[in-house]
Amino acid sequence: MSANIRPSGVFDVSYAQDISLNRTRTDKIIANGLFVLLLLVPLLTVEGPLGLNLLPQTWIGLMIRIAIFVIAVQGLNILVGYTGQISLGHAAFVAVGGYTGAVLARQLGFSFWAALPAAALFTGVVGLVFGLPSLRVKGFYLAMATLAAQFIIPWLLRYPLTPWTNGSRPLEVPPPTLGPLSFASENAMFYIVVPLSVFLMLAARNMIRTRFGRALISIRDNDLAAEQLGINVFSYKLQAFFISALYAGIAGALLAFHDNSLSLDKFSLGLSIEFLAMLVIGGAGFPLGPLFGVSFVILLTQDIIPNRLLPLFGSVLPTLLPFIDPVNITSSLSPLLFGLILVIFLILAPRGLAYRWEIFKIAWKIRPYSH
Amino acid sequence: MEQASVKLQIHDISLSFGGIRALQAVSFSVRRGEILAVIGPNGAGKTSLINSITGFYRPDAGAIIFDGRDITHLPPYKRAQLGISRTFQNIALYTNMTTLDNLMAARHIHMRSNMLTGALFWGPAQREEIEHRRVVEEIIDFLEMEAIRKTTVGSLSYGLRKRVELGRALALEPTLLLLDEPMAGMNVEEKEDMARFILDIHERQGMTIMLIEHDMGLVMDISDRVVALDFGCKIAEGTPDEIKNDERVIKAYLGQVQ
Repeated sequence: MSANIRPSGVFDVSYAQDISLNRTRTDKIIANGLFVLLLLVPLLTVEGPLGLNLLPQTWIGLMIRIAIFVIAVQGLNILVGYTGQISLGHAAFVAVGGYTGAVLARQLGFSFWAALPAAALFTGVVGLVFGLPSLRVKGFYLAMATLAAQFIIPWLLRYPLTPWTNGSRPLEVPPPTLGPLSFASENAMFYIVVPLSVFLMLAARNMIRTRFGRALISIRDNDLAAEQLGINVFSYKLQAFFISALYAGIAGALLAFHDNSLSLDKFSLGLSIEFLAMLVIGGAGFPLGPLFGVSFVILLTQDIIPNRLLPLFGSVLPTLLPFIDPVNITSSLSPLLFGLILVIFLILAPRGLAYRWEIFKIAWKIRPYSH
Repeated sequence: MEQASVKLQIHDISLSFGGIRALQAVSFSVRRGEILAVIGPNGAGKTSLINSITGFYRPDAGAIIFDGRDITHLPPYKRAQLGISRTFQNIALYTNMTTLDNLMAARHIHMRSNMLTGALFWGPAQREEIEHRRVVEEIIDFLEMEAIRKTTVGSLSYGLRKRVELGRALALEPTLLLLDEPMAGMNVEEKEDMARFILDIHERQGMTIMLIEHDMGLVMDISDRVVALDFGCKIAEGTPDEIKNDERVIKAYLGQVQ
């Protein structure tokens, strides 16, 4: 999975060192340093306390979005990438998390800090229920069964639960507060979302490299052998559904409190498939896969295509293809470009960006000596 | 035979798939601390027998008694927890894991950490990882797999994969080890290595081993007793010498002169 070749000159002297994420002091300094740098980012924007304007304010919104989606996709990664159980209902679980958090905060007066874990746990339980078919079915058939979640849950939220969820109309969500502090601004929200996202990524990484994670991977690689070697396959499949939906629930609640409004249209089947696309592009079954996939897709669809590529094409295409209405070109060019870039990626890096990253690390670590 | 010396008792088990009767009222016992070989032509029901013992198949009739306890209706993972471990005829490793992780995954039943303690990786969970790593490293040493410790098993040669599978079965610390054709498709040296490992396991830990094997020379060399199956029926049971001269066994393997 991860790079097994060490930097030359580094020798582990204990099992503790061999299994730790940061083997050397340098690794540790780099990892902690990057985290501190990440936390410094909002200070460098216009809205930061110093008003420095060194980085564009739009970066903060993008980074928050990436951080929230990383949580959702990491949940999907645990289920699809590590346990090998396909799910087409992930967006619905994100919706459950969002609406649970919102309803708890609006109707029952929960603070954000209580609503978030409650929403996460509740979503986890919902995920567990929709994971029950995995006892009997695998592969495409399980995909169909999870697709049911994608239709049942939004229907429930739209019709029977209208008094709480406002049906198809948007639902207002109050911003998180902590005593006198309000987290209404993006820069403040950054300090909730990003550390939590980093924590959940680390938690997933740890889960995967210990007993629980090895049981999940055993099930993915050979469920019949796993069962005969002492792993309660059904229980672990359900646990995978639970933790996957729990991550989705956290992402959903964060999305609700960050956007300050929820609307059902966001959580369509399209979003479920987008989550899967992010996972595949990033690398399913790699701890960093979600980070790569989400960053790539969000930067591409929200920044690179609309802000950089479209103006370029928009000025050239009308002269090349005068028979097409220029308004139509810009609106249809965006999905077209996205699709094209996806296909190119799947051909060049079918195992995902995270796999490329592993290869790059190996190539770099064995320099200058290959032994 | 007194009860204490019986490790596993197969009592009249029958198994059929549609019209095919894979096992027909097969009965025999595996004694504590012996190496028992199960032989028979292709399709005789040997693998079905192992699959019935591990719980992958549910026999239609009969009982399986392990350590004096009826395990006929236990699910496979509970039987593994009682101390039954196996290897597979067609290697069934966790292909994308390293050798080390394959063995660690088999420590599952001896470990306690769960989703939450694993995610936090503090104190007990970390100590447990290290403690079980030590056990696994001993098996790696014993099976001479140090060089492939961190290699993904999917990229190993056939012979090495068979060895990793034996290691994984041992990592469970079973008291009954079921080996389904551990030497199939190996060259002479690999077979000798494997036979040496099996004998070592048997001698060092006094482990009860039941194995299926086609190489008669080897079977006769390493096993204490032999059970012969043909078309789902037990046709003979006894010491290697008795089996070698058994008329029904010879008939099953060579056919009958009209």
